[in-house]
Amino acid sequence: MNSSMLRRRSRVAGLASAAMLLAGCGSDNNASAAGSDNGAQASGSSACVSGTLNGEGSSAQKNAIDQVIADYIAGCAGTTVNYNPTGSGAGISQFIAGQVDWAGSDSALKDEPKDGVVETQAAAKRCDNNPAWNIPMVVGPIAIAYNLPGVDSLTLTPEVAAKIFKGQIATWDDPAIAAVNKGVQLPSTPIKVFFRSDESGTTENFTKYLNAAAGSVWTDEPSKTWPGTGEGREKSAGVSEGVKGTEGGITYVEWSYAKDNGLGVAKVNNGAGAVELTGESVGKAVEAAKKAGKGNDLKLDLDYATQAKGAYPVLLVTYEIVCSKGGIDADTTKLLKSFLTFFASPEQQQKLEDIGYAPLPSPLESEVNTAIQAIS
Amino acid sequence: MTALDTAVADPLSQHLGRGRAVRNRVAAVAMYAAFALAVVPLAWILFSVLSKGFSAIVDAQWWTNSQRGITIRTPGGGAYHAMAGTLIQAAITTLISVPIALLTAVYLVEYGRGGRFAKAISFMVDILTGIPSIVAALFIYALWVTTAGFGRTGLSVSFALVLLMIPVVTRSTEEMLRIVPSELREASYALGVPKWKTILRVVIPTAWSGIITGVMLGVARVMGETAPLLILGPYTSSINMNPFRGNMAALPTMINQNRTESLSLAVERTWGAALTLILLVLALTLAARWLSRFSAVRG
Amino acid sequence: MTQMSPPPPGRPDAADGAAGDGTDVVVPDGVTAMDTPARQVPARQAPPRPVPRLAPDASGQRSRPPTGRGDGPDARRPLDLSSGAGRWGDRIFSGLSSGAGWFVIVLVTLVGGFLLWKAVPALAGNNAHFFFDRVWSPGGNTPAFGIPDLLYTTVLASVLAMALAVPVAIGIALFTTQYAPRRLARTVAATVDLLAAVPSIIYGLWGIAVLAPILGAPDSWVRNTIESTLGWIPLFSATGISAGNVFVGGVVLAIMILPIVAAISREVFDKTPVAHKEGAYALGATRWEMIRTAVLPFGRPGVISASMLGLGRALGETIAITIILSKPNSTDPFDLSVFFGGETFASKIANNASEFDSPSKTGAYIAAGLVLFVLTFAVNAIARIIINRRKEFVE
Repeated sequence: MNSSMLRRRSRVAGLASAAMLLAGCGSDNNASAAGSDNGAQASGSSACVSGTLNGEGSSAQKNAIDQVIADYIAGCAGTTVNYNPTGSGAGISQFIAGQVDWAGSDSALKDEPKDGVVETQAAAKRCDNNPAWNIPMVVGPIAIAYNLPGVDSLTLTPEVAAKIFKGQIATWDDPAIAAVNKGVQLPSTPIKVFFRSDESGTTENFTKYLNAAAGSVWTDEPSKTWPGTGEGREKSAGVSEGVKGTEGGITYVEWSYAKDNGLGVAKVNNGAGAVELTGESVGKAVEAAKKAGKGNDLKLDLDYATQAKGAYPVLLVTYEIVCSKGGIDADTTKLLKSFLTFFASPEQQQKLEDIGYAPLPSPLESEVNTAIQAIS
Repeated sequence: MTALDTAVADPLSQHLGRGRAVRNRVAAVAMYAAFALAVVPLAWILFSVLSKGFSAIVDAQWWTNSQRGITIRTPGGGAYHAMAGTLIQAAITTLISVPIALLTAVYLVEYGRGGRFAKAISFMVDILTGIPSIVAALFIYALWVTTAGFGRTGLSVSFALVLLMIPVVTRSTEEMLRIVPSELREASYALGVPKWKTILRVVIPTAWSGIITGVMLGVARVMGETAPLLILGPYTSSINMNPFRGNMAALPTMINQNRTESLSLAVERTWGAALTLILLVLALTLAARWLSRFSAVRG
Repeated sequence: MTQMSPPPPGRPDAADGAAGDGTDVVVPDGVTAMDTPARQVPARQAPPRPVPRLAPDASGQRSRPPTGRGDGPDARRPLDLSSGAGRWGDRIFSGLSSGAGWFVIVLVTLVGGFLLWKAVPALAGNNAHFFFDRVWSPGGNTPAFGIPDLLYTTVLASVLAMALAVPVAIGIALFTTQYAPRRLARTVAATVDLLAAVPSIIYGLWGIAVLAPILGAPDSWVRNTIESTLGWIPLFSATGISAGNVFVGGVVLAIMILPIVAAISREVFDKTPVAHKEGAYALGATRWEMIRTAVLPFGRPGVISASMLGLGRALGETIAITIILSKPNSTDPFDLSVFFGGETFASKIANNASEFDSPSKTGAYIAAGLVLFVLTFAVNAIARIIINRRKEFVE
């Protein structure tokens, strides 16, 4: 690299950018690039609601919400919606601290005290003593993604998955794996597990699944830090790249990352036959969930051990945590309602399947809509 | 290299013992090797960043547009919002920390020389140097956001950066002031000029070029800081020029936002933003050199 | 560096200066390479610098800095010797500057107080031994956390970085000051300083994307060679961790601290009194013998303190290490190898800062931050002591 050339180029670039900054001629208008999605908002609500809305939390819903925001603000120059995917815990604590208008979280607000603080109470305080609601919005399937050249189809039962992620099965041609994969030629490659080194809602939900569906093998309590075997990499990108670069690698990761990296995705057999990961099969598992909240608080109790036919049970639901009343000013409330309504609309939900999420099943969707309209 | 060295030239000759001559050669080769070893990673890093990020920054939109309404699946958009944020935050940081650092250095060199208070300050500056950036951010978060109740804005990012910039500028200014010859000061006092005026109009102008270099290089360093922004500077894909309100993007957070994605557009934006950041830092470094040459006091 | 900052005016030659007579090595403490503008010794007999003419005006306000050319209109104005304004000005100015000093002291006290305030309750509620227990579960109702793994990884990566960077940095510094022709020396200095201008997140990205597959991947030639030849030493034994190991992290840290150590060493070597060098040559020394007997002994304290500064930076590096290092699982046995993964204090905090959802949990991480703070400070303090002792010795 010729450093004088670089220097000259940098000088030009630096001067150019400095000149532009001084002139303040930057543009937020990317309409031409955003494509033909313009006017999507018109289907949800008739006009733009202007203002700024700030959210923070789960990184599992990042791609979904980025897509929805892009569609929502298309053609609305006065509307800004920001979402920071810093993590569910950060989202909830920023929401409670009044730093953001709503939070995205992979687990609902907790009722039981932790360090003397009850999340639901703290959130209610932030909402001028009105309860905060958990509104399920994004269904994110967790893929069990693997890298085994030559193996296009792999089925795992909860027990086998738990043993793999516990380190009790060391190679791919282990009889336990072969027993549930009749007719598949398995190599003798050693199994290399990758896990999330950062605290994560994905880890929490995946360990919930293993604990619920294979409790005899997976005895650890569900937690945001990984209790199993393997090598920890940072964030979803880190684990999926780890698997991509390691033959015999396996991890649990949001579906979209498995898709984007071209990784194999295992079918799961909870007892009623092998189920492939699709938007539909995930929707069935969400339908099997019980409602745990009261009224418009739509906290769900997912049944990870479900044996419903054709249901893919390894998933997480990202809730949008909002004040049922108060907490934010009237204009922002209006914007929040408009945005969430748009988010929950069937057209938007359907679009999410292309990028690795599952749409909300329709019974739940109507409940979600009722809850959003009840925000005041 | 002084004239002395060329005069003596290479004293190596046949009169030397073999071992000494060989050792001398080996040492020389080692020095050249060290130099080559240092150039390799630099060229490598610059090459990687250039080759991976070049395609993003050649698009004119990159320099004029934000990422508003752009997802990792839609092409287009730019880094304007992040560049603006980075420059605004760096400017505020500089405005706050430079006067404090400059005055502290003046105290250390001109007033406190070796005194107990000066020693205490020196000690504290040392400690400040040792604060990891993420701890500085946690501190500002606790003080400014949790306790004082302000939002996470461009300003709060700047406060954390101030903590990182003060020791850097203090130390470099201190060094620059120390090498101002004391004859200059004495001559000034002899003319009856009061001390403060001597400092302002003799000492500081003399050290000016060095001070500016130090300041600009400090700026370059805080511009590349990422950890404080993760805690204090939530990202936005829209342009926000107001440091007192709302989320403000910055290049490091833009990199951080995109580096966790695997799609090619995001990867390109990651390296594009990285290249932009290096270019901005380089531009500032060059500006510092130019400024210090331009403003140098000539004898 | 040399190129970035022209020699500040007014610097006397090492041989004739009263203020800096060459032995008075002032090594900037806690300053990175970028912050230590070069003090290139100008050509040998620099002409004595004329005192810039002064034109203090009665109003006492800051006016133009002296041009020093002596032919401006300012030069003709009479000197104002009224001491009234001077006394007030002095009082205000010294007040301001000591005020700035107080500000720094208060700031550091606040930071220290904050760290203790957050860490102490968490440490009091800790159910494990903070220094000896290999557990980290700070949340929940029975928090238990200990730092031995963090401490080892932090120190190992930093020491590895030092071992790699310091010899090279000394080589570069000697090359630029003793070997290279002046023009080349400037270019080399500027090139190396450029390394310091690269933001750390970029080092991280580059480290994991470009360097790790070559140096650290299980099938990489470098790693295999080291593992097969030195594998019998626990420090280099083979592990199951893939590319994101301490070895790669250490190499990246080495590249990051190289410019710091190189720049400061260069400053120090540059100040070797000409008399020392002349003496060595007069005794018939080769260039290398001159360096060994004159330059190195003179520069040793400076190099030590430069290395300590680099070490301080390496210990506290956050984002690059967070990106690079893999985390071994909690049930893995303790492994000394550089090919093992791990977390440093700073990367542990950065990895989990988003899930600080309870005071005791936050406190545990802050306590780790406090250890890092103390460690970094100790390193700086040691450097300071060494320099001061050596300085007396040299004088």
